[in-house]
Amino acid sequence: MQTEYISAFDVVIGVLWRFWPVWVGLILVMGASFTYKKRLGLYGQLFDSGVGIAGVFICLFWLFTAIFASTISPFDPLAQVSVMKDTLPGAIEPASKLVYYFGGDKLARDVFSRMVYGSQIVLIIAPAATGFALMVGITLGLPAGYYGGKIDTLLSFLANLVLAFPVILLFYLLVTPGIMDTPIPYAMAGLFFLFPIIFFSVLFWTRFKNRPDRLYILLGITLVVGGWIYAGLVFDKDPFHIVHIDPNQLNIFVAVVFASSPGVFRIVRGLTMDIKTRDYVAAAQTRGESPWYIMLWEILPNARGPLIVDACLRIGYTTILLGTLGYFGLGLAPESPDWGTAIKDASRLLRSFIHPALPPTIALMSFVLGLNLLADSLREQSMKD
Amino acid sequence: MFSFIARRIGTILLTMLCLTLVVFFLVNLEPNLKKLAISQTEMHTPADQLESWLVNHGYRQNFFVRYGQWLGVLPKHPITDPATGKTTQRFSFCNDPIEPTFSGVLQGDFGCSTKFKTTVGAKLFPALGATGLLMFWVLAVMVPISLLIGILAGMREGSRTDRVLSVASIASTATPEYVSGVIFTVIFASWLGWLNGSAASASQGITFYNFTLPVITLAIYGIGYIARMTRASMVEVMTQQYIRTARLKGLSFSSVVIKHALRNALIAPFTVIMLQFPWLLTGVVIVEVMFRYQGFGYTLVEAAGNNDIDLLLGCSLVSVFIVLITQLISDVGYAFLNPRIRVQ
Repeated sequence: MQTEYISAFDVVIGVLWRFWPVWVGLILVMGASFTYKKRLGLYGQLFDSGVGIAGVFICLFWLFTAIFASTISPFDPLAQVSVMKDTLPGAIEPASKLVYYFGGDKLARDVFSRMVYGSQIVLIIAPAATGFALMVGITLGLPAGYYGGKIDTLLSFLANLVLAFPVILLFYLLVTPGIMDTPIPYAMAGLFFLFPIIFFSVLFWTRFKNRPDRLYILLGITLVVGGWIYAGLVFDKDPFHIVHIDPNQLNIFVAVVFASSPGVFRIVRGLTMDIKTRDYVAAAQTRGESPWYIMLWEILPNARGPLIVDACLRIGYTTILLGTLGYFGLGLAPESPDWGTAIKDASRLLRSFIHPALPPTIALMSFVLGLNLLADSLREQSMKD
Repeated sequence: MFSFIARRIGTILLTMLCLTLVVFFLVNLEPNLKKLAISQTEMHTPADQLESWLVNHGYRQNFFVRYGQWLGVLPKHPITDPATGKTTQRFSFCNDPIEPTFSGVLQGDFGCSTKFKTTVGAKLFPALGATGLLMFWVLAVMVPISLLIGILAGMREGSRTDRVLSVASIASTATPEYVSGVIFTVIFASWLGWLNGSAASASQGITFYNFTLPVITLAIYGIGYIARMTRASMVEVMTQQYIRTARLKGLSFSSVVIKHALRNALIAPFTVIMLQFPWLLTGVVIVEVMFRYQGFGYTLVEAAGNNDIDLLLGCSLVSVFIVLITQLISDVGYAFLNPRIRVQ
C-alpha cells in the first residue's frame, strides 16, 4: 500500500497546531510577566533585553512542552506502526489518519512524539540533578571557604580528584549495567540525598533556635518530607508509592550529581572566601552569631547572584551530559525517547535517512541555547546593580 | 618557584595514585570481572570454569596485592599448574614473564590488553599519536578563530558586531559535539557531498576530505567559550587608563588595539585555552566514536565497553595526567606572562 503524504506547508501548520497548549501557556506567562515586570525584581529585569526575552521564551517553551507532552504528541513514543518504518516527514498513518509530522524512524516510531516526550526526561533529571549538586556543593563549600585550614585542604583535594577525571571515563565507570548489582549507586544516593535534609535542618535551626514554636514546625516538615522522599528515592520504600525512581535512572542521577557537585563546591568556596572579609560578616561575628548562622544567613544570600547564573549554565551542561550518556547508550533504556539516545540511533543511519536525526539535535541545542541566553542576560542584569 | 612546582608535582602524583586506585576498584567489581571472564572464554562456559579462569589469571588475589602488581611494587606471577609445577604465561599474546618479576607501571609496563590481544603500550601510544594529530589541527583551527572573534567583539563593547558575535559564541557553546557532528554531517556529507562523513581512512593518511568534519566538530564547541573569555578580557583592558591615554595622545584606534590592548588582553585566554584540554578530552571520545577515527577516545570506549582492565587503567592514567599537567602549565605560564602575579 502506498503511504500518503501531506505537503511541507501542512507539516509546518500541523506542528504549530499540535503545540497549542504551549502557545496558550506562553502567552499567559509572558503576558503576565510583561505587565508586572516592574514588581518582579531580577526576573522582571530579564524582559528589558532581547537576549533575556529569547532565553525565557525558549526555556518556557520546553517547560510547557514537557508538562503537556501527552496532549501535544499524537502517538505513543514507544509504539511501533510497522508500515511507517523510515517514512519521510508528513506521512499519514493509515489506521488513525494522524500524521507522522517528522516521519518515522528505523523502528517505525513517530519522531515528533519521541522528541516531545524526550523533553520530559531532560526537564525532570537536569534541574533536579543540578538542585542536588547545588545542595551538596553549598553544604560543603561554605565551611571549606569559611574555616579554611585542614577541612578546606581535604575537601578541595577531593573536589580536584573528581574534577581531574574526564567526565566520560567517570560515566563509563559509574553508569554500567553491572554496577547496579553492587551497593555502590545506592550508597552514593544515600549520601547525596542526605545533603538537602541536612541543609534545610541547619538552615532553620540556626535561624529559629530561640523561637521553638516556628522551629519545631519547620524542622518537622523538613524531616517528614525529606525522609519521605529519601525513603522513596534511595530505598524505593515510599509507603504511598508516589516517589519512585527506576534503578537505572537513579544510577544516572547519582553519577550526574557526583560529576557536577565539585564544580559548585569550588564556586561556593571562592565566593565564601571573598564575602567573609566583608564588614557585615565581621558585625555578625561581633554579635556572637554561630558560624553556621553566618554562613547560611549572611554569606549565602549575598552569593546568590553568581550562583543563580551558574545554576542556569549548569542545567544546560547537565542536559549536554545526559545527551552524552544517551549517545553512548549508558544508563537509559535503549528504547527511551530521550534526545541523546535518539541522536545516537539516528546518527548511525545518516547515510540513508537524515530526518530522524534533526528534531532531537535541534531540540537539545535550542534548550541549552535558551538556558545559556538566560544565564548571560542574568549576569548582565546583576552586573548593572 | 621550584618548590612550588615540586609541591604541585607531588600533589599530581598523589592524585594519580588515588584516582588509579578508584578506577582499579571500579573495574574489579564482581559483575565486571564476570563480564571479562565471559568475554575471554568460549561461549557457554559453565560457571565453575569461569571461576577457574579468573583464579588462574590471578584475578582472585587480594585487591591490594593486584594493585601493587599493576603499580610494579609487587612481583607478577605466571600461571602455575598445581599438578606438575610447570609455569605458563598469563597472557601468551603479550610476552608475560614465566618467572615472578616486578613489572608494572613504574617499570614502564602498562600491562596487557585482553580486548586487542597485545600489550597496552603497543595499543595506547599509536592511538595517542593519532589523537595528538587531531588535537593539533583542532587547536590550529580553534585558537586563531576564537581569539579573533573575542577581540573583534570586545574591541567596542555593546556595538552591533559585539552583539552578533556574542550571540554566535553563546550558540556555539550550546552545541555539544554530538549535535554539531550530526548537523555538519547532514549538511556537508549527505547533502552537499563535499566531505567524508567517516574519518576511518584518516589512519592511513589525513586529507582535507576525511579530516575536516572531525576537526570542525571538535573545534566549534570550544570556540564559543574561548571567544567569550577573550571578549571579557578585552572589554576589561579597553576600559583601562593607559588605553585612554594612548587614545588621547592621538593614536589611531587600530594601533591602540594592536599595540596596547592585545598584549594585555591575551593573558587570560592563555589560561582558558590550557584549561580547555580536559573538555577536549571528552569531546575527542565523542568525535572519534562518531567519525570512527582510531585514536585515544576510540580506544577508551572499546576498553570500557569490554572491561579491558589494564587498557582502561592506562587510559585513565594518561587522561588524568593530561588534565593535571595542563593545569600546572596554565598556572606557571600565567605567572610568566603576567609579572604582577607571584607564584608561591
